[in-house]
Amino acid sequence: MVASIRVPKTKRARRELLKHAPKLVETGKKTLILHGTKTSAVLNSVLSDIYHLKRDNAVKYTKKNDNIRPFESGGESSLEFFSLKTDCSLIVYGSHSKKRPNNLILGRTYDHHIYDLVEVGVENYKSMASYVYDKKLAPKLGSKPFFAFIGEHFESAEELKHLKEVLLDLFKGEVVENLNLAGVDRIYVCTAISPTTVYMMHCALRLKRSGTSIPRMELVEVGPSMDLVVRRHRLPVESLKKEAMKTAEHAKKVKNVTKDPIQGRLGKVYMPDQQVGKLTLTNDIKGLKRERREAKKNKEQSKKQKVDAE
Amino acid sequence: MAYDPSHHLTTAAASRRREELRQECLQKGMELAQAVADALFALPPTEDREGPIVHLQAPTIRLPREKHLPRPKPPTKWELFAKAKGITKRKKNKREWDEQTQSWKRTYGYDRVNDDKDIPIIDAKSTDEPGVDPFAQRMQEKKKRVEKQEKNRLENLKKSAKVGALPSHIQLAAKALPITGTKADLPKKSRKEDLESVAGMASSATASGGKFDEKLPGEKPPKHPGKHRKFLPVAEGKGMGNLEKQQNDKILNSLLARNSDEQLDVGKAITMYKVKKEKQRRKDKGMSSKSDKLKAQKKPLKKSSKKKA
Repeated sequence: MVASIRVPKTKRARRELLKHAPKLVETGKKTLILHGTKTSAVLNSVLSDIYHLKRDNAVKYTKKNDNIRPFESGGESSLEFFSLKTDCSLIVYGSHSKKRPNNLILGRTYDHHIYDLVEVGVENYKSMASYVYDKKLAPKLGSKPFFAFIGEHFESAEELKHLKEVLLDLFKGEVVENLNLAGVDRIYVCTAISPTTVYMMHCALRLKRSGTSIPRMELVEVGPSMDLVVRRHRLPVESLKKEAMKTAEHAKKVKNVTKDPIQGRLGKVYMPDQQVGKLTLTNDIKGLKRERREAKKNKEQSKKQKVDAE
Repeated sequence: MAYDPSHHLTTAAASRRREELRQECLQKGMELAQAVADALFALPPTEDREGPIVHLQAPTIRLPREKHLPRPKPPTKWELFAKAKGITKRKKNKREWDEQTQSWKRTYGYDRVNDDKDIPIIDAKSTDEPGVDPFAQRMQEKKKRVEKQEKNRLENLKKSAKVGALPSHIQLAAKALPITGTKADLPKKSRKEDLESVAGMASSATASGGKFDEKLPGEKPPKHPGKHRKFLPVAEGKGMGNLEKQQNDKILNSLLARNSDEQLDVGKAITMYKVKKEKQRRKDKGMSSKSDKLKAQKKPLKKSSKKKA
């Protein structure tokens, strides 16, 4: 049979593929940005702005893709293939048509299969380049952002709840345990102005000196701002959701450890059922060695005695 | 992240001008940011040269994973055997003393210990058959061992793939033979040379033999265009020699040689001997004048003088 095991030929390719392996605790999701057959100028600007915001861990495709229809059953195969090849689990797909102008589909994948989708329309868009501000305040790439969600619709409307989760996933950046307080410099402010629309702004944070050790916050608008109108959305399947929400915490439970104030940490040793008949004997078991040595010695002794006797 | 559910904008408010909306959002955002910062800066920081670092608490909002939890690899065939026998791993040294060549050699790879190449003599055993080449036999045995190992490796990978724990840098391709047919029936991947000549071959099928077809950028002209047989010219010009006689001679000689009992073509043998001698003489003359290293060593072309009956 022809070689059925395909291994990368270079060490570099092998390292890249090993990075795609599933991890116990996940650190960050990569984003894939692509567009369909027709895009408007606004949409192009939106896609490139999102790419600039997520520069380090995003991949932007420049070609047109005409066979992607995420909300139809057969039209997701291309997206899943791209997600597999680029190892991206967040997808931003832009398309423009008369029925759905300036359409942006934000999707997430689980194990490179579509998990959920949110389709939003972009209105009242202002690009990053149109904002004029002091360049020293510009937020650095890769910094952890603050999020502010204003409006009760984020709690009551199903679609906005979903959009909130997707926006968090999209812009949260790397997952870290320790945070450098000097490096907080951006905030995403999302306001629910109607049960289907969210007004999103991206601002830089300015820490001003105040009397106490906690600095005073000042917001300076820097980034793109747009109105996101939720058009359609697809929630994840229940079974898939349960599986995706599983965490690794349960594996860390340590059994059989009790703490005694006098003796310290105690554990019980349970002896398994020893089936003596099923033990595999190898030649270098210590017991056998001693037996053999003694047998040899006895034989020599008996030989000596014989010789002496003779 | 902070949220403020108490504030909601009515439809009347929504019709306000955009600027007012923006200002209000900024205001609210500032309040919320302040609230978050209050909580953050209240945490005990550890001073680092880049700034104060705080340890964040566990997240409250759970977001879905992007990949499944890593599944444990099933033990391989060898691992099961080793566990049953009680065999533990032992560390090997990178270099070992090779008794055969009396030198330090690697344990594996290019210049290795116990290599089959280094064995000059194999003593014949009483169990050996007369016609068998022991060196070839050693190579065949090694090949069999390697094949067996590859098969075992494939089985182990298949087992782990069934559980879903295949290592991410390995892909298993389904290359099973079709139900009916032999290895020749497997769809073969085209070679680069084949793909390059395909355009030429296809163009020769046109009425004008592909002479007037528009060539794509990068397309090479077809090799062996047109003629596949060489015909002798009808009227022979001067200084060409007797081409027809040569052609006939060639055919007759090959026919006779095939049917003759003689194993040696005397004429050819004499020519070869002469040529060899000439080359040797030239080399000796050259060796005496120039040094070895500057001249490229030329290997004599091997030609067998034997013709198969």
